[in-house]
Amino acid sequence: MKAKASLTAVAALGAAFATSATITASAQETPVRGGVLSFVVGSKIPSYDGHRETTFGMIHPIRPFYSTLLRVNPDNPQSPTDIICDLCEGKPQTTNGGKTISFKIKSNVLFHDGTPLTSADVKATLDKIIFPPETIPSSRKAWYTQVSSVDAPDPTTLHVQLKRPLAAMIPALASPFNFTYSKKDLDEHGYNWHQKNINGTGAFKFVEHQPGAFVEGARFEKFHVSGLPYLDGFKAISAPKMSVRLQAIRGNRAAIEFRGFPPKARDDLVKALGNKIKVQESNWNCLMGATPNQKLKRFQDKRVRQALTLAFDRWGGSRYLSKIALVKTVGGVTFPGHPLEGSKRWLQSLNGYGKDVRASRARAKKLLQEAGHPNLKVTLWNRAVDQPYKVVGTWYIDQWRKIGAKADQKVLPSGPWYAGLRKTRDFDVAVDFNCQTVINPTIDVSKWIKGAGNNYSNHTDQKVTDLYLDMLNEADSKKQYQKMRTYEKYLLSDEVHYMTSFWWYKINPHRSYVKGWKIAPSHYLNQSLDQVWLDPKLQ
Amino acid sequence: MYKYTIKRVFLMIPTLIGAAILVFGLLRLIPGDVCALRMAGEGSFVDETAIEQCRINLGITRPIWEQFLSFVWGFATFDLGDSMWTSRAITEEIGLRFELSLQIAIMATVVSIVISIPMGTISAIKQNTWIDYVVRTFSIAGIALPSFWLGILIILGLLISTQAWLGEAWMPPIEYVDPWKDPLGNLSQLIWPALATGYRYSAVATRMTRSALLEVLREDYVRTARAKGLLEKVIINRHALKNAMLPVVTVIGIEFAFLMGGLVVTEQVFNLNGLGKLFVESVTNHDYSLTQALVMLVAFIFVVTNFVVDIFYAWLDPRIRYS
Repeated sequence: MKAKASLTAVAALGAAFATSATITASAQETPVRGGVLSFVVGSKIPSYDGHRETTFGMIHPIRPFYSTLLRVNPDNPQSPTDIICDLCEGKPQTTNGGKTISFKIKSNVLFHDGTPLTSADVKATLDKIIFPPETIPSSRKAWYTQVSSVDAPDPTTLHVQLKRPLAAMIPALASPFNFTYSKKDLDEHGYNWHQKNINGTGAFKFVEHQPGAFVEGARFEKFHVSGLPYLDGFKAISAPKMSVRLQAIRGNRAAIEFRGFPPKARDDLVKALGNKIKVQESNWNCLMGATPNQKLKRFQDKRVRQALTLAFDRWGGSRYLSKIALVKTVGGVTFPGHPLEGSKRWLQSLNGYGKDVRASRARAKKLLQEAGHPNLKVTLWNRAVDQPYKVVGTWYIDQWRKIGAKADQKVLPSGPWYAGLRKTRDFDVAVDFNCQTVINPTIDVSKWIKGAGNNYSNHTDQKVTDLYLDMLNEADSKKQYQKMRTYEKYLLSDEVHYMTSFWWYKINPHRSYVKGWKIAPSHYLNQSLDQVWLDPKLQ
Repeated sequence: MYKYTIKRVFLMIPTLIGAAILVFGLLRLIPGDVCALRMAGEGSFVDETAIEQCRINLGITRPIWEQFLSFVWGFATFDLGDSMWTSRAITEEIGLRFELSLQIAIMATVVSIVISIPMGTISAIKQNTWIDYVVRTFSIAGIALPSFWLGILIILGLLISTQAWLGEAWMPPIEYVDPWKDPLGNLSQLIWPALATGYRYSAVATRMTRSALLEVLREDYVRTARAKGLLEKVIINRHALKNAMLPVVTVIGIEFAFLMGGLVVTEQVFNLNGLGKLFVESVTNHDYSLTQALVMLVAFIFVVTNFVVDIFYAWLDPRIRYS
C-alpha cells in the first residue's frame, strides 16, 4: 500500500518530467502492430473539410485520414521549429531570393481510392485553400496572402511562388488543417464534396461515422510510409462532457483524450490507476488574457489600462492557478521556448510583470486616481466554460479588486459571449485568448493589429500595425527578435491594448499502453496517429 | 361529432403557426450565430470573409421574413432541411437518435412500473405503518434527487466498486450498442440510465398509486366486497387496484412522452447519443434549422396528442360534443 502510494505521489509530482521519460522509453522499445485505439473527443464535427473548419473536434477524428504537405515532426513535436516533409521528400528548397519554395513530391503515395498522388493534387489543394472561389469559405487563406501562385511543372515538383520572401510561410504550410485532396475529386465533385466525403492519403481509411457518436478508421495498407501505421484502426468517440471523458479513461473505455485535462483530473486519474496511467505535459500554444474595450471612454485612457495590468500578480498566480486550472507559464506574446520569445528578465521589465507586486499595485492605484477613476467599475465579459475561462476570470476579478476596482463578471454561453466581442462590442473588459496551431509567432501575434478580425479591443492605433509589419518583414533573425520586443512592449506595457496572463498548459494523462504518441504544444498537432502503437504487455 | 372534429383540426393550425413564430423569434433573439461559433469558437485565426461566406451559404443573411417563410414552407411540405452545423439532413440527424431515445424511454417506463405499482400498493395497504413511511421516504427521495446526479453516483459507484473487487475499473459502454447485435452489451449500457431515470419517474407514480388506491379503498363497493367476506387479496387485486390504475396510467403516459427528448442531462452524463443531447447541442451551436425542426416536431406531437384526446373525450362525453 505504501509502495503504491509513493508511486502515485511520484507520478503526480513528477508529471512535468513525464514527457521526456516517455520519449526516451518509446525510442528504446520496438513498436508492436495491431490493436484499435479508442479515444474520446470533447467537441463535435461540423464537416470533414479541413480547409473550412477550425475545430479540434474535426481534427482529432479526421486528420488520420489525410496527409499534409508538411507536418510538425512527430518524433519531436515539442520543438517549435521542427517541421518536416509529409507528402514531400527531403527539405523544401528556396530559390529566387527566397521568393520560390520548391518541394519534391513523393511518388509512392496513393489515395484511399487507389489514385496515385502527384504534385497536381497538392497544387489543386493549395489553390482551394489560398485562392478559393468567392462562395467557398477558406478559414486560413489570409495566412497565404503573400503567395502569388502555386505551380506543378511535373508530377513530382511543386513550386510555391511568393510575392516576397517570408519565413513564416513554411510553418503556415504545415497547418494540420491543410488536408491534401485529390484533384480528381475536386474536379469531378466540386469544392463542397469534402464536407461530407473522405478520400485522403493518410495512414487510416475511413470506415464509419455515426454523427454525435463516433468515427471509425482502419489501417490503410498502402500508406506511403513503409511499416506504418502500427494500429489496426482507431475509434474516436464523441463525449462532450469532461467527466465522461475522464471516467472513460478510468474505466478503460478510451485510452486517451488528446485535448487536455485540468490538474485535478490528472491527479485523480493517477491516484486511481497508478502506473496504468502515463502523463504527458507541455506548454500550450494558447495565450490567455483580457482585452479592455476601447470603445468605452474610461478604457481609452491608457493609465486605466496600465492600472489593470499592473494589478496582476502573474508569478504568484501561476503558482496557484496551475494547481487548479490548465494554465501555467507566465509569458509575453510569443510562445515560450520559441527563439523569438523574450527572456524572463525582459518580461519583468514590463508593466505588470515585476516581482514587486505591492509596488505595482500602489502604482496602479495612483494611475487610477490620476485618471479620475479611483473606484473603477469593471465587468469582466467571460465565457461559461470552466477550464480555464471561469477559473482564470475569477482570478482577474480578485486581482482588480486589490487595486480598488469594483470588479465583477458576466458569464455567458459561447454564442452570446462571441456576439459581444464581435458584434455588439459593448463589454468592459473581455476574457480573450489566442489559440493557434503550428507555432508561428510572426503570424500568431497579428491578432492585435488594428482592425484584425479577432482583435476585440476596438483600438484605432495604427502604430501597432506599423510595428508588427516592421517585425514581420525583417529578414535578419536578430533584428526581428528586437523588433518583436518593441512590438511586445508597446502592445502589453505602454499602451496595454491586451493584458496577457498565462500560457495554457496541456496535460494529457493516458493509459500506459498507448505508446508512440508524443505531446505537442497544441491540441491540433501530431494527430495523424501513424506512429501510435499499443503495448500488449500493458493492456 | 363531424363538425367538432373539423373545428379541432382547424384549431391545430394556429397553434402550430404560433409555435413556429415563437421558436423562430426566440432563437434569433439569442446573440451570436452558427458561423461565428463554428469557425471562430476556438480562438484560432480565421479569415473574416470565410465567416461571412458561411453566413451567406447558410442563408442567415437573408431578410428575416424570407427566412421565416422558407422555414414554414419547409415544415408544411415536410422538408425539414439540413442542419446548419453538420449540413446533414435533419431527418437523418433525428432518425439516428430516435431508436436510442425510444429504448431508454421504454426501459425507464418499465423500471418505473416495476417499482411504483407494488410499492404504491403496499404503501396504501399498510397506511401509516413503518412500511408506509419507508416507501414514502423512498419515493420522496426519488423526487428530490435529480436523475443526472443519481447517474453520476451510479457511474462512480461502478468504477470504484469494480476496481475494488475486480482490480480493474469498469464502466458502461459510452457508445451506443445495438440491441440486435449485442443484447447483453446493450443492456449493460442502458440499464443504468434507465434505473436513474426510472427511479425518479417511479417516485411520482408510487405516490399516485398510493393516493389513488387509498381513495378507491374507501369506496362503497369495496366496503360491500369486504362485507361479502371476500379475501383482502381478491379485493385489492380484482376490485381496487384496477380502478385505481386510471390516474396512474395517465401519469405514466405523460412521463413517457416527456422522456422522448426530455432526458437532456441524463443523456449527457451517460454519454448517450439521444434526442435530448441533440436538442442541447443544436441550441448551443445556434443551429437554427435543427432547433426549429426539433421544437416543431415536439409541438406537432403534442398538438396531435391533444387532438386525439379531445376527440376521445368528445366520444366519451356528449356534453363536450354539443357545447
